[in-house]
Amino acid sequence: MHITRETVLYIAKLARLRLGDTEVERMQRDLDAILGHVDSLAAVDTRDVAPTTHVLDIATPLRRDEVAGVLPVAEVVRNAPDHTDDAMVVPKVLE
Amino acid sequence: MSELWKAGLAQLALHVESGDASCHDVVSETLARIEKYDGRIGAFVRLRGEAALAEARAADEARARKRARSRLHGLPIAVKDIFASREFETTCGSKILAGFRAPYDATVLVRLREAGLIVVGSTNMDEFAMGSSTENSAFQKTRNPWDESRIPGGSSGGSAAAVAARMVPAALGTDTGGSIRQPAALCGVVGIKPTYGRVSRYGLVAFASSLDQIGPLTRSCSDAALLLGVLAGHDPRDATSYPAPAPNFLASLTGDVSGLRIGVPRGFFAGPGLDPEVQRCTAEALTRLQSLGAKTVDVELPNSAHGIATYYLICTAEASSNLSRYDGVKYGFRARDADTLDEMYENTRSQGFGAEVKRRILLGTYVLSAGYYDAYYRKAQQIRTLIRGDFERAFEACDVIATPTTPGPAWKLGQLVDDPLQMYLADVYTVTANLAGLPGLSLPCGFTGAGLPVGLQLLGRPLDEATVLRAGDAFQRHTDFHERVPPGVTR
Repeated sequence: MHITRETVLYIAKLARLRLGDTEVERMQRDLDAILGHVDSLAAVDTRDVAPTTHVLDIATPLRRDEVAGVLPVAEVVRNAPDHTDDAMVVPKVLE
Repeated sequence: MSELWKAGLAQLALHVESGDASCHDVVSETLARIEKYDGRIGAFVRLRGEAALAEARAADEARARKRARSRLHGLPIAVKDIFASREFETTCGSKILAGFRAPYDATVLVRLREAGLIVVGSTNMDEFAMGSSTENSAFQKTRNPWDESRIPGGSSGGSAAAVAARMVPAALGTDTGGSIRQPAALCGVVGIKPTYGRVSRYGLVAFASSLDQIGPLTRSCSDAALLLGVLAGHDPRDATSYPAPAPNFLASLTGDVSGLRIGVPRGFFAGPGLDPEVQRCTAEALTRLQSLGAKTVDVELPNSAHGIATYYLICTAEASSNLSRYDGVKYGFRARDADTLDEMYENTRSQGFGAEVKRRILLGTYVLSAGYYDAYYRKAQQIRTLIRGDFERAFEACDVIATPTTPGPAWKLGQLVDDPLQMYLADVYTVTANLAGLPGLSLPCGFTGAGLPVGLQLLGRPLDEATVLRAGDAFQRHTDFHERVPPGVTR
């Protein structure tokens, strides 16, 4: 067993997901099977192997720090489920 | 005129140029086919019927004034439901993006528009492109036009089914671990995942950013080359976009493969997981390419055995990070039953995401969490380096590498929904191209006894889409697998 019920609940909390009891069981079973398959990687010798950071041999591109293509605020907040003319509205954060 | 629906992009361009059909005729025929068949196939989640017809009339007027934007001006195309658009909703197969209308256009949509292509609708997909059957869509099932009791593949299943059923001549898809090539293979159409960076991802909803690429699904390799030419090229808005102009892919289609060295990783053409009919069709395809003058050479890709495990660690880690943005604040769905901000986040994400997306977010969160990062994520990125090294060595001895695209033909709807690991293993031949950033083409190379299509995959060196397209096009000049029409949609 790679992963306990408590671990599933812990990572669900980190990921801001709330799982029902049957969902917890199901995820525990599925993640356990997947991690079982992934275990085979532990046997691969990766001493002195650099992790991949980019698949192509190119340098990180840089650009000038210039403002361009700014969207109107009203158009950006239009998609928020709750908004005013110039802000997104969320439940109260402070009492 | 009555046969317009059988024509691909280049053929339609000739019809329109010669005047024996108008763009309005072509788009009307496309919409009529969708009306007639999509109730059964379920490829589309959204249509732009009237808007598309208006654009077709405008295209006819522009062509009459000799103002065509390109050869493809006025021709129809479908796009996966994953590209930001000011014109229509983008929902990525998910409830959590319900109603989302982007304030800007994805670069690929801008490039389609600049070429004059008309988007007729958005196609169904696995939620956030996570899946191999399109069954993870929050909206509907899509059926394989060759056998409607079977899945079309995924995650670009709607795009592949729409092209296979001749509803559209071409569609855009995205490919993170095989999501263009696998549905192309299972639906009997052509699909190419370009080199990582070849096509701008600006405005693409992100799944796994070091793996995602956009590419075309078409009926022929020559149409794929034509459409890739529209999409490809540097875009300063995508920092991962390759900073050089794309070549003329169409010009590379000489029909000549004499002397072409095809690398054959023998292990990919054997093994207990490989369906014998897929084995037969792909082996026959190699023989055909040899008869056209290509040479086969054995190559070894030993670390590909670790492909699936490596892929699922990297893609879930990246997904867990990318999908943290769906929190009910900025766009899409928000759960209404929360008193605090934390509750609102949790309820929104729990109600808005489907099971597979939650599974991958949890796995990704786990492999990135304290104490596991080195054992899982870093280890996977090291093995990724080994996989890339295998390809570099193999490409010293060959120009393209051939494999089956998938281990088997399309499976039954519902068959694997309760077994995520088995579903993941369906991507065994496709994930390594994403891990190494290589271009990968799938083209139809035969049919099983039950009439299901089989795909041959051709992988190329980084940035060498031209050679895989040349090999695929040469094959199609001597075969007719790509011209066959599913029996249920022949009128």
